[in-house]
Amino acid sequence: MTTDTPTSSEETAGNGAGKAEGAVDMVDPRLLVRQQGFKGYVDELVRRVRTGELGSIPVVVGLIVIAIVFQVQDSAFLSANNLSDLFILSTGTGLIAVGIVFILILGEIDLSVGSVSGMSAAVLAVLNINQGMTEWLALLLAILTGMAAGALHGFFFAKIGVPAFVVTLAGLLGWNGLMLQILGSSGTINLDDDGIVAKLTNYYFTDKAAAMGLATVAVLAFLGLSLLDARRRQAAGVPSRPLTEIILRTVVLAVPVYAAAMVFNSYKGLPLGVVIFLAVVVLSDFVLRRTSYGRKVYAVGGSSEAAARAGINVPLIRISVFSIAGTMAAVGGMFYASQINAANQSSGAGSLLMNCIAAAVIGGTSLFGGRGKTWSALLGALVIQSINSGMALLGTGSAVRDMITGAVLLAAVVIDSVSRRTQKTAGRA
Amino acid sequence: MSTAPVLALRGVSKRFGAVQALTDVELEIHPGEVVALVGDNGAGKSTLVKSIAGVSPADEGTIEWDGRAVQINRPHDAQQLGIATVYQDLALCDNLDVVGNLFLGSELLRGPLLDEVEMERRALELLSTLSIRIPSVRIPVASLSGGQRQTVAIARSLLGEPKVVILDEPTAALGVEQTAQVLDLVERLRERGLGVILISHNMAEVKAVSDRVAVLRLGRNNGVFTVADTSQEEIISAITGATDNAVTRRTTRTTEVAK
Repeated sequence: MTTDTPTSSEETAGNGAGKAEGAVDMVDPRLLVRQQGFKGYVDELVRRVRTGELGSIPVVVGLIVIAIVFQVQDSAFLSANNLSDLFILSTGTGLIAVGIVFILILGEIDLSVGSVSGMSAAVLAVLNINQGMTEWLALLLAILTGMAAGALHGFFFAKIGVPAFVVTLAGLLGWNGLMLQILGSSGTINLDDDGIVAKLTNYYFTDKAAAMGLATVAVLAFLGLSLLDARRRQAAGVPSRPLTEIILRTVVLAVPVYAAAMVFNSYKGLPLGVVIFLAVVVLSDFVLRRTSYGRKVYAVGGSSEAAARAGINVPLIRISVFSIAGTMAAVGGMFYASQINAANQSSGAGSLLMNCIAAAVIGGTSLFGGRGKTWSALLGALVIQSINSGMALLGTGSAVRDMITGAVLLAAVVIDSVSRRTQKTAGRA
Repeated sequence: MSTAPVLALRGVSKRFGAVQALTDVELEIHPGEVVALVGDNGAGKSTLVKSIAGVSPADEGTIEWDGRAVQINRPHDAQQLGIATVYQDLALCDNLDVVGNLFLGSELLRGPLLDEVEMERRALELLSTLSIRIPSVRIPVASLSGGQRQTVAIARSLLGEPKVVILDEPTAALGVEQTAQVLDLVERLRERGLGVILISHNMAEVKAVSDRVAVLRLGRNNGVFTVADTSQEEIISAITGATDNAVTRRTTRTTEVAK
């Protein structure tokens, strides 16, 4: 590659791999491609896909396919009513999956999140209903219980050196036992119908301005931060995103955001649970990508040896990540309890654990550690819940549903493995 | 030797169980000097480096820094003094980009958040002063060639403004062109006035960039040679132990080796 300017997408894609060897300029080669505006953006996308950097493309395609298939079978699938419910029901899975994403970035696994979520729900119910504690306080203590359970797993993994798989397998069994113990003989404890926990999944901001306002704030914040960042980069003389690309990205974000807002508004309004879930995803994404702590989590996931040599306290990072997973499991447990407005002996049992891990993986977080975003928890949870919801509409039983969810999980892992292999051959992993 | 040594080892010994890995090793590093540390496998090169870097401290002997005896018990101690070590296996995180790796463990912050712009600016600046050519500082280091990765690892060690850089076989797994890149970088470190300890098996390389060669054999000093007036055969015979009296005499004449 000498002085030829990339004209066709074919050429640009081909040049991508050769650049690492031949390029001598200290300029981001991706930007060289991207500066051609919209076409450059597409070219860049093609190049990324060819080198196995799929990101969230498979899951977005999957969501569209699922939507089309179920819509053809039953026209109620894409109704505002069904989509709104689907969103709310995905929050429990999604919140737990956010914790799983942290664990997967570390390159580990946490099998205990289901049991921890059930135990936290039981702690909440016992403290609030049986002991008469204020609901806020009971809620706080229940979430702290999850955090403590996670920290305990982290301690045994990071300090004692027991494999995370085994520690959390013990947790899976142990915390479930503890839940049965504290629920006592009654087995089911019903929660207050008007309590905070109940509101998590049944409260709606009915004012239409709420959904539209939040959508507008989100889009404007994204646009504003992108422009600010580009300006700072220009001032510092480092490569920045061109204006056309910032606008394009804002539009790509705005379309689904406003579509979702309109869907919510044509049913009962903006659900409180969805707002909390989105806030958690945005916040955790921010922590992972923009703070020193997040950088350390990725570093430990990439190479714990290199991280330790760079002076990072690897055990502390590991314990903190398992605490986050425990905390998110407890928060998710509150949402599951809210759905049935009770804590019972089957809380956190069944396919819950697998659904949460599947959601994180389906969303595009690598099982091999070091790569992933918390947004994948949102996308993956939507896939899982779409399948559940579609199957329920068609009246198929849980047997078929589980088989299909299993197949989707397998497909996601296959995509992850194959894309990792492609990245290796393209020198990107 | 016009200047005083920045780092000096005096009678350093190290035992692993029944094995005497290092016995009374002496070594001096001056500012702006590349000292090659050579020896056969098992001669104690890595053990010596680890004792300087604080990974496994020496049992006996003293380490002097700027003429003053210091204790190096942890890697942190060495870094505090200004000793940077670049290990053979690089110690880079494949999933992070070049900027992320350069600033790993010492990220620049803007309030509570990472200052990506400033880190990227400084990374570009550092890489250009070292004439390091990398396609982009925003791609994962996994996609860089071996030589580029090695230069990134070396550049990273310079961020802490060290006075001594230890390079553990920096060219072991590299091709011809990439080796040349790394050797160029070693010379630039010398120009910056840093003391460099270069561990290598490649005699041509040692002759090309180093000022002095310290030979270790079976955990003991086996001569320190000035590269300019020593032949490759003399160094090799010191490494293999075929040292004749002539070389030993030369050694005692040129340096202050104490056995």
